[in-house]
Amino acid sequence: MKNNLLVSGSPHIHKPESIARIMWTVVLSLVPAGIAGVIIFGLSALWVTLLAVLAAVSTEFVFGLLTKKKITILDGSAVITGILLAFNLPSNVPLWLPVVGAVFSIAIGKQVFGGLGQNIFNPALVGRVFLMASWPKYMTTFVKPFSIDAVTSATPLAALKEGKIIEHLSYLDLFLGKHGGCIGEVCILALLIGAAILLIKGYISWHIPVTYIFTTALFTYIFGAKTLFAGDWLFHILSGGLILGAFFMATDYVATPLTAQGQLIFGVGCGLLTAIIRLWGGYPEGVAYAILMMNGATPFIDRYTKNRIYGTK
Amino acid sequence: MVRLAENKHFTEDVESVKAPIPARVYLPLIQHLGKICNPIVKIGDVVTLGQKIAEIDAHVSSPIHASIAGKVVAIQDWPHPVLGRAKAIVIEGDTEINLPSFQLKNHQEIDLLSLEQLRKIVFAAGIVGLGGASFPTHIKLNPPQPLNILIINGAECEPYLTADARLMVEKTDQIAQGILLVARCLGVKDIYIGIEDNKPLAIEAFKKFPEFKVKVLKSDYPQGGEKQLIQNILGKEIGRGKLPFDLGVLVQNVATIYAIYEAVYRSKPLIERLVTVTGSCLEHPKNLWVRLGTPIKNLIEFCAPLKEAPAKIIIGGPMMGIAQYTDEVPIIKSSGGLLLFNKKEAQLLEEDPCIRCAACVRGCPVGLMPCQINLAAEKSLWNLTKDYGASDCIECGICNYVCPSNRRLLQTIKQAKLEGVK
Repeated sequence: MKNNLLVSGSPHIHKPESIARIMWTVVLSLVPAGIAGVIIFGLSALWVTLLAVLAAVSTEFVFGLLTKKKITILDGSAVITGILLAFNLPSNVPLWLPVVGAVFSIAIGKQVFGGLGQNIFNPALVGRVFLMASWPKYMTTFVKPFSIDAVTSATPLAALKEGKIIEHLSYLDLFLGKHGGCIGEVCILALLIGAAILLIKGYISWHIPVTYIFTTALFTYIFGAKTLFAGDWLFHILSGGLILGAFFMATDYVATPLTAQGQLIFGVGCGLLTAIIRLWGGYPEGVAYAILMMNGATPFIDRYTKNRIYGTK
Repeated sequence: MVRLAENKHFTEDVESVKAPIPARVYLPLIQHLGKICNPIVKIGDVVTLGQKIAEIDAHVSSPIHASIAGKVVAIQDWPHPVLGRAKAIVIEGDTEINLPSFQLKNHQEIDLLSLEQLRKIVFAAGIVGLGGASFPTHIKLNPPQPLNILIINGAECEPYLTADARLMVEKTDQIAQGILLVARCLGVKDIYIGIEDNKPLAIEAFKKFPEFKVKVLKSDYPQGGEKQLIQNILGKEIGRGKLPFDLGVLVQNVATIYAIYEAVYRSKPLIERLVTVTGSCLEHPKNLWVRLGTPIKNLIEFCAPLKEAPAKIIIGGPMMGIAQYTDEVPIIKSSGGLLLFNKKEAQLLEEDPCIRCAACVRGCPVGLMPCQINLAAEKSLWNLTKDYGASDCIECGICNYVCPSNRRLLQTIKQAKLEGVK
């Protein structure tokens, strides 16, 4: 016993927690929205998601080999990027599109910055805006829910932008996801179930999602109609990628502020930018750009929102 | 503040017993914060139990006493639980020597003690803060300004440790007398005892005294930290660089109070203390009265048989305790626990990159951002670590504990603290 005692600095115990445990829990929390996507848009949604995940994980693996670093494909983080990218795609895209997007997400969005923990921007959103800029036609053609012959349909936000109204679309329909849109963004119910898992586990806090959604709602209520204070804020909460973005992408640890105070600012910023793009921008939807812009502002926010240290003013 | 797995069930209901008196004790010349003592005995000298054997003429120091009667056989370098190695006086026991009985003294005499006299007794008895910091107690009994609040620290927040909890239950009346004595000498009327809600017996025991306000605290770590205790009892913070004195507050640990009682009421210097000997390796974990200087291997033997060989031995608790490299190391004044971890518990986890999850930021009880200090420290950006307040770290270990990437945050913060004073 005398010579083989382990000596290390304190503390000597560790919380049963790991990156893999957090990441796989996030994957689990995304499953309800994935199932909803397949029910609403059919099996093509499943193929798109699986291909994106496969491409993301493969790219992560190849980079691990090339950079001679630890192979991190089992920690679940690349899987999340694949799923989130797929959730930001229409179900009827050609099957090479999710592959190209996922490779771009991991390679350019994550690995060139140094891999896990180093990316400035949310990798899945980097992939999405790349696809959006390169193949806008595929990215903005959506199918009608539950249609066998892939009838195309506009998203509620796109219809609004063009001044049209989708008839017979109630708030309940929006809540359940019975309308055109990206695979993982339409079913609010399923997304909230997943969000609840993450909130209960303490893996995300309320600060960013609540301020993000509230700010978007407030801003669209004030400015969203021809007269002030007449906007359909509930419509804006329930349509597009706001819920998916607020709970699952604006809460990405790596690219968001560390302190509660910083997260509140981040959430408000995302909400403002989303509302501005939706109401006056060139795109019907602004969630992806809003989050990416605020990701870029994160180091700046971190600098000015340090916690107060005990015993100081 | 975080909730930890307590693991106090091994020993919290185990009544304390006396550990066998060792054949030899190894008494390091430094067991306190301050100046190292000089031996005042020579090799070959016969010493009685409680005889002063080392001291130094310095304000911040504390004398050392013989914890067994016998003969001084060596004054040599020896393993030290905190410093690695230090000079120690080795005494070989001799049962032939008459032992003092440490009889109870006359109460009337004690009731007339002045603060000055109390301070002299406490200094002469070698009493230091037994909560772990080992700061000489006589200095804390010399406030630069009048005090109005005495807080007794019964918040033993380290997992596994139950020595203070047992002491509060088994020696309630003695501790109460000690508290009242200290309060009277200091002229303090407001007395709080902070105890966490995982120690219902101790809470019950002290509620019967109308003189004390028992504050039931949450069983969160580090509730027993001086700053946290004051904050959670009085709702006040000690300003940066200030002391509890500046709020008119004195904090004393229950074990220290018990030592003061023993010194004043029974003329007994600090020669033994209660130690929780525990961990999954032990068949029979115990709370032991241990003579200072007892090698830990004697205690492990006494708690035998072992279920498995320990892979890591810690003196203190699992959050702030110190891993030992040998079982020859002795128990000293600050050693409240002896922890034996098996191979699985001792396993070092691999470090992953920081994912900025901010668990450490939320967990830090003093409001630091450990992950940021860590990143700056890795690049040796010591000005930046200073800006992030590294010097305010209380080294509780929560940041390491909660980090999903198993990053050694505390180690780099400690380094930043050292660099900060260069």
